[in-house]
Amino acid sequence: MNQKLNNPVLMKELKLRFRFFKSITGIMFYLGAMCIFVVGFLMITTQFTGSGYFRPNQSYYLFIMLSVLQMALVMFITPGLTAGAISSEREKQTLNMLLMTTQSSWQIILGKLMSSIAFLGLLLVAGLPIYSIVFLFGGVSPVQLITIFFFYFITMLAIGSIGIFFSTYTKRTITSVIATYGSMVFLGGFTAFFFYVGIIVDQTIMMGAGALSPLTYFWASINPGALVLSILSGDIAGELYDLAGIEVPLWIPYLIFYLAITVIALWLSVRKLRVNMKRG
Amino acid sequence: MIDIQGLTKKYGSFTALDHLDLKIEEGVVFGFVGANGAGKSTTFSILSTLLAPTSGNAYVNGISVIENPVAVRRQLGYMPDFFGVYDQLKADEYLDFYAASYGLSAAERATIIPELLELVNLTDKRYSYVDLLSRGMKQRLCLARALIHDPKVLILDEPASGLDPRARTEMRDILKHLKSMGKTILISSHILPELAEMCDELGVLDNGKLIAQGNVAAIQAQLQADKELIVKVLGDLHKAVAFFEEDPYITSIEAFPEKETITFLYRGTKEQQIQMLKQALLADILIYSVNEEEKDLEDIFMSITKGAGES
Repeated sequence: MNQKLNNPVLMKELKLRFRFFKSITGIMFYLGAMCIFVVGFLMITTQFTGSGYFRPNQSYYLFIMLSVLQMALVMFITPGLTAGAISSEREKQTLNMLLMTTQSSWQIILGKLMSSIAFLGLLLVAGLPIYSIVFLFGGVSPVQLITIFFFYFITMLAIGSIGIFFSTYTKRTITSVIATYGSMVFLGGFTAFFFYVGIIVDQTIMMGAGALSPLTYFWASINPGALVLSILSGDIAGELYDLAGIEVPLWIPYLIFYLAITVIALWLSVRKLRVNMKRG
Repeated sequence: MIDIQGLTKKYGSFTALDHLDLKIEEGVVFGFVGANGAGKSTTFSILSTLLAPTSGNAYVNGISVIENPVAVRRQLGYMPDFFGVYDQLKADEYLDFYAASYGLSAAERATIIPELLELVNLTDKRYSYVDLLSRGMKQRLCLARALIHDPKVLILDEPASGLDPRARTEMRDILKHLKSMGKTILISSHILPELAEMCDELGVLDNGKLIAQGNVAAIQAQLQADKELIVKVLGDLHKAVAFFEEDPYITSIEAFPEKETITFLYRGTKEQQIQMLKQALLADILIYSVNEEEKDLEDIFMSITKGAGES
């Protein structure tokens, strides 16, 4: 096979990741958590409310909550899988031997990223039967499901790239993990906080009559939770567009921002991975 | 095969390698001798394209490590002094991964891996997890890895460090075999007698500078400026000491009356030494024996590295 198409790092990582029971245990815990959430939701809506039946419109709320939960899990798990990709090789003293091979830096970095994405992809696919419960009750279109999964993939790619970036630039895995989770806190929490503060500030200045500033809209557009809600709830999306006076759907700046992060983080990682022999 | 020209590496104000010039011909086994921090590993890292030099250049088979590091990697097999292995791979999978990383096809890999495992005496460990191999076996597996793409040059940084005598002997036998295959090999080691036995040439590094180069005898001649002479004298030892103290080529004179012996360091030529001994006899100093203390490589290493910082 052509060396450019073949990726030994990816093959090796997949072999190591799926060889032992640890990964299977991880998937089982993940599915277990999802099951507990779904069963809990069904019980709350049927048993504890006293109605004894499940209304079809509630399946849509279940789908929204599952999607937000899944996005949160993606943001929580991805750093753990990628933040040690390069730094752990350095710590195990295997990096130099890897760098001595004729594989390109892109191959090494992409192999590391793709193996982590593959594991996360398996997690998401394994969770599909649990997702399918919402189809049992109706109210969700397959296009929405595909769209959500597409954005999971984009988010995984970006977060994975951030993890690889820190892993390449820091010497120790623990530093890289902290830095990557810090980035997740910023993307998931701080952007939501800034959005909330932006709404208050904008409405105070405009006495509740004016539009949101583009900056406030920007904070919403890069928040994964806000993206999921805007895709699944037309009401939320419409309200946001009305408030901001911006007609661009939220997913467009989200897609551009996260793809830009992916490209920049990977490019910087590739540049840093091997020493530039011309620059002593 | 290897041509190092004015290679310098500085870390801030510290100079790890200071204008190193060195040529190693094809098929030669070259040993690097030096204390910790002398610059051996720095040289190896630059040759292996893992470290950029501050100035100078190095060529492997005519290819510059600065201009074309990818092509240099195809020519080189490198075994670092400290290395890790992927513990959860089996021995053949470990080699297969590196073979694929060097672009070898599946068919080529299927042929070369059993051959290499046989070369390093690990055929029976082919399907064992690397984690379960002893240190010596891991060392040999790492050597097989370095050979996976059939490189012309092998760089082995302390290949025998931490090995027991049996494992060291096995490693030495493998290296002899590789030498017979015509590989150009660069080795650094602290086990100097073994290095002297295995290597065609040696280079002595001290504080980033090459202070001697050649075969063992030449190195000894270059570094052993002062020879130690042991003179046995009958009669008045004090008179003899007083006589030898006058000689401008003698330093560090010591007398041992109970053994009728005087030892001193002499830096004159053979002719000057003959003259000195003639004069001594004419001065009624009853010399009945003169011996020159032979210094081995270990002694020379100890003397030149005296005071070198441990790192």
